[in-house]
Amino acid sequence: MTTLSSKTTAPRSVSGWRSAQSKRILLTLLGWSVALVIFFPIFWMILTGFKTETAAIADPTLIFSPTLESYQAVHARSGYTRFALNSVAVAFGSTFFALLIAIPSAYAMAFLPTKRTKGTLLWMLSTKMLPSVGVLVPIYLIFRDVGLLDTRTGLIIIYTLMNLPIVVWMLYTFFKDMPKDILEAGRMDGASTLQEVFFLLLPLTLPGIASTGLLSIILSWNEAFWSLNLTTSKAAPLTAYIASFSSPEGLFWAKLSAASTMAIAPILILGWMTQKQMVRGLTFGAVK
Amino acid sequence: MRLARHLPVTTLAAAIAMSGHAQAQTEITVATVNNNDMVIMQSLTDAFEDAHPDITLDWVVLEENVLRQRMTTDIATGGGQFDVMTIGTYEVPIWAERGWLSPLDNLPDDYNEGDLLASVRDGLSYEDRLHALPFYAESSMMYYRQDLFEKAGIEMSEQPTWEEVREWAGQLHGSEEGLAGICLRGKPGWGENMAFVSTLVNTYGGRWFDEEWNPELNSEEWVNAIQFYVDLLNDYGPPGASSNGFNENLALFSRGNCAMWVDATSAAGKLYDGNESDVADSLGFAPAPVAQTPKGSHWLWSWALAIPASSENQEAALEFITWATSQEYIELVGETQGWTSVPPGTRESTYANEQYTEAAPFADFVLKAIQDADPTDSTLKPTPYVGVQFVGIPEFQSIGTQVGQTIAAALTGDTTVEQALNSAQRATERTMQRAGYLD
Amino acid sequence: MTKTRASGRTVGGLRTLSLQAPAVTLLLLWMIVPLGMTLWFSFQYYNLLMPGMTGFAGLENYEYLLSDPALWAAMGNTLLLVGWVLAITVVGGTLLAVLFQQEFAGRGIARVLAISPFFVMPTVSALVWKNMMMHPSNGVLAWLAESIGLPAVDWFSSLPLTSIVIIVAWQWLPFALLILLTAMQSLDEDQVEAARMDGAGPIAIFFFITLPHLKRAISVVIMIEMIFLLTIFAEIFVTTSGGPGLATTNLAYLIYIRALLDFDVGTASAGGVIAIILANIVAIFLVRMVAKNLED
Repeated sequence: MTTLSSKTTAPRSVSGWRSAQSKRILLTLLGWSVALVIFFPIFWMILTGFKTETAAIADPTLIFSPTLESYQAVHARSGYTRFALNSVAVAFGSTFFALLIAIPSAYAMAFLPTKRTKGTLLWMLSTKMLPSVGVLVPIYLIFRDVGLLDTRTGLIIIYTLMNLPIVVWMLYTFFKDMPKDILEAGRMDGASTLQEVFFLLLPLTLPGIASTGLLSIILSWNEAFWSLNLTTSKAAPLTAYIASFSSPEGLFWAKLSAASTMAIAPILILGWMTQKQMVRGLTFGAVK
Repeated sequence: MRLARHLPVTTLAAAIAMSGHAQAQTEITVATVNNNDMVIMQSLTDAFEDAHPDITLDWVVLEENVLRQRMTTDIATGGGQFDVMTIGTYEVPIWAERGWLSPLDNLPDDYNEGDLLASVRDGLSYEDRLHALPFYAESSMMYYRQDLFEKAGIEMSEQPTWEEVREWAGQLHGSEEGLAGICLRGKPGWGENMAFVSTLVNTYGGRWFDEEWNPELNSEEWVNAIQFYVDLLNDYGPPGASSNGFNENLALFSRGNCAMWVDATSAAGKLYDGNESDVADSLGFAPAPVAQTPKGSHWLWSWALAIPASSENQEAALEFITWATSQEYIELVGETQGWTSVPPGTRESTYANEQYTEAAPFADFVLKAIQDADPTDSTLKPTPYVGVQFVGIPEFQSIGTQVGQTIAAALTGDTTVEQALNSAQRATERTMQRAGYLD
Repeated sequence: MTKTRASGRTVGGLRTLSLQAPAVTLLLLWMIVPLGMTLWFSFQYYNLLMPGMTGFAGLENYEYLLSDPALWAAMGNTLLLVGWVLAITVVGGTLLAVLFQQEFAGRGIARVLAISPFFVMPTVSALVWKNMMMHPSNGVLAWLAESIGLPAVDWFSSLPLTSIVIIVAWQWLPFALLILLTAMQSLDEDQVEAARMDGAGPIAIFFFITLPHLKRAISVVIMIEMIFLLTIFAEIFVTTSGGPGLATTNLAYLIYIRALLDFDVGTASAGGVIAIILANIVAIFLVRMVAKNLED
C-alpha cells in the first residue's frame, strides 16, 4: 500500500518505476474525482452565490454571467464582521477550554486506566444524549437570572460542556494508539507527568489533537440551537447571520448561497491549515 | 456605512463615549422576520434615528420559525430581551390574552388609527383593544399567465370557480414543455399546505371544528375538498408537489412553469418585478376561486409590530412601531425603494395614493380580498374559533402540521383521501382531548 | 516486579482521579442539573402558552406520547436513518481514508474538499440539496438523468427517507473520513513493509493490518455519529417536514410536532426522557459490539 509513498519507493528497475508512475496517475485521478463529487454541492452553492436570483433557479448550467449582486445585497444587510468575530471567539474559546479539561482526563484514562475507566467513558458520552430542546427552558431561566443571555461567555460555557464528552473520547482513542514504550522510556529517564505530557505526548499525538480541535471548532461553529436561542444581537454568531438569509418569503437561494459561502470560508481555510498539521508525518513508526 | 458601526473598535469607542457622557440614549432591540419588507425597514434605520436622535435601533432578523420559537421562549419566561416583536395575526390574540403584550390605547393623533383597514385592525385586537400595529397584510388570490390563456382562447371569469380552474388546468397542462396546469402548496405545515387547504375546505362548506370543538376532518365537505385537491395536483400539478411551499411555487411560477397559482397576495410585487420574474409581462390576477360558498375562500394574514409587556423601553418602542407602520413610512419606502416595494394591505391611504395604484395594478384585487376576508365568519356553518386559514388556539400549530402531513401522504398516493382524513380526525381528537377541549 | 506494579496502580489510581476530576465534575453537573429538571418537568403540567395550567401530571405526559399511533413508525424511521447513515459513512469513510492516505498530486487540497461538507450548517446543506440537487425540475440530478435519457426522480415524494439518508450521509461521511484518516497516521509502516516482504497484497494488508488498526477509531465514529444521528432534525424540517405521511418522521421530529410546536414543556420533557432511555438501549447493544475494541 505504501509502495506509492515516495520515501519507500526506490525505483528498482525502469519497468517498476513505470508501473509505480502509472499507479500514481490513476490514484490522482481517482482521488480527485471522489473529492470533486463529494465537494460538488458546495461548489454549486458557491457558484450560485455569483448568480442573480432568477439565474439561481434556472436550469443548471455552468455558463452564466457572474454577478456580485447577491454579495452586495448580503453585505448591505448587516455586519458580517460582528457575527464572524462572535463565531471565532465562541468556537475557539470553547475548544480551548474543552481541550484544557479533556487532555488530562483522556491521559489518565488511556495510560492509567482503572476498573471504572470504561464506564466513565460511556457515561460521559451518554450525557450527550440529553436532547437540548428538553432543557431549553431551564437553561434560559438560569441564564436570565445570572445575566448570561446574549453573552459570548454564556455560549462558551454551553459549548465547552457540549463538546467535552466527544473531545475526551477522541483524545482517548488517539492516546491509546500511542505505543506505551515511548512513555515508559520517558518515565525511566525521570520525566514528571507534566514533562511527559508536554514533551512526549502532545508532540507525538499532535495530529490527533489537531483533528479533535478542528472537530470541536466545527461543531461549535455550526451549532444552531443554543446559539439562536441564547443570543439576541450582541453575541450572535454566524448561525444567526445565516438564519437571517434562510427561507424568507421570496427568492433567496442566491443570497443564502453567498451568505453561506462567507460563513464557511474561514473554517474551510482553517481546515486546510489543520490538515497539513494532521499529516505532518509525525507517526510513531518514524519516531521509533 | 452601517457596517462601520459594528466594527469592534468603533463600538468600544462608542461605549466609552456613552458611559462618559451618560447620555439619555435608549437602545431598543427589534426582533423581526427576514422577509423583504422587513429588510427594507431595517435598511431605513438611519431615517428613523435621524428623526429620533435619542433612540438607537438594534436588530435581530431571523427566519420565521426560528424567530417564533425565540420570541415565545423569551416572552413566556419574561426574559425581556426584546422591545419590539414582529408577530402575526395568529399570535396576537393568544399572547394578548396572557397579558404578554402591552395594549396600544394611547396612539398619537397623527398616527391616524382610523386609516387602518378594518379587517386587519380587528385581527390584531383582543377584547377590542389593539395589541399590535400592522406592518403589512396579505390575503390570497389567483395568479395566471395571460399569454397562455389568450393562446388557448380561455377567458378568465370575474370570480372563477374551482371547477373552471380544473378545466383550464387540463387545457393548459403540458401545452409547453415543463408547464404545469396549476401550482398549489403541498409541503406539510400549519402555515404551508394547511393555509391553502383550509381556504379550500371553507369554500367547500367545511370547518375544522363544530361549536363544541369536535373536529370534523372526515366530514363529507373535507373529503370532497381534499379529493379535489389531490386529483387536481396529481393530474395537472408540477412534479414533487408534496414538497412545494410558498417559496418553491414562487420560483416555479416566476420561471414560467405554472399556468395558474393560488397563493398569498404578497407574491404580486415579486412576480411583477422583472428582475426577479420571467413572467412579469404576462402576469394576470383573479380572485381566489370558490366552490360551494364564497365564505373563507381567501385568507387574511398580517405581520404586525407589538411591544412585549416585559420591555423596559415602552415609550421608545412605541415611537418606533408608530413610525414603522405610519403613512409617512409607507411614502418613504415608495420614494426611496419604488412603489411596488411598499408594505401593502394596512392603510386605506395607500390605496388612495395614485402613485401606488399606478405602479401596482394588482392593488385593487389585494384591497378587495383583504377587506372581504372576515376571520370571525369564515365558514358556512358556525364555529367556535376565529381565523380563516388557521384556528386561533395554541394547539393549532401542531394539529395543523400533523393534518398537513397526512394530506401530503394522500397527495403522493401513499394513502387514500378517506384513510388520510380518518387518521387526521383521530389524531386531532387525541390532541383536543389532551388539551381539555373534549372529554 | 509485582510490588512495583501494585504500587504503580495505587499511584496511578490517585493520579487518574485527580486528572479526571475537572472533566467528570463538570459533566456531572451538566448532566444532573438539566436531567433532574427534565425529569421533574416530565411529571408536571407545564406549557409556556398556558401559564395558568400547572401542577403534578403523574404519568400523563408519558401516556400521551407512548400511546401515539405514530410512535412506532417514528422509531422505525429513526433506526433506519441511523442504520443506513452509519453503514454508508463507516464503509465509505474507511475506503476514503485508505484512498486519501495514498500519495498523489494535490492530495492536501483533495482531502480538504472531501472533508468540507462537514463545515456547512445542516439547514444550509439541506436547502442546497433540496433546491439545487434533488429538485425534480431544476435540480442538477434531474438534469443529469434527463441528459442520459432517464426520467427525473421525484426525490422527496417517491423516495423520501432515502433522500434524507443521502443528505445526512453526505454530511457525516467527511466526519468518518477525518477521524479514520487521522487514525491511519499512527499505522506502523514497518509492519506494513514487513507484510509486503512476506508477499501480502494490498487487499490482504487492508484486511489484516489496516482494518484491525482502525477498529478503535471506527467504534468511536459509530458512537459519536449515533448520538448526533438519533436527533437529526434540521434536515427533515427543511425538506419534507416529516412527510409525506409519516415517511420521514423520526423521534426528534415527532416530539417537535407533538410537544414543542405547542411549547408544551411537560410533554417535551417526557419525550426527552423517552429519547434518553431509547438512546441508552441502543448504546448498550452497540457497546456490546464495540466494547472489545476499546480494550487493548
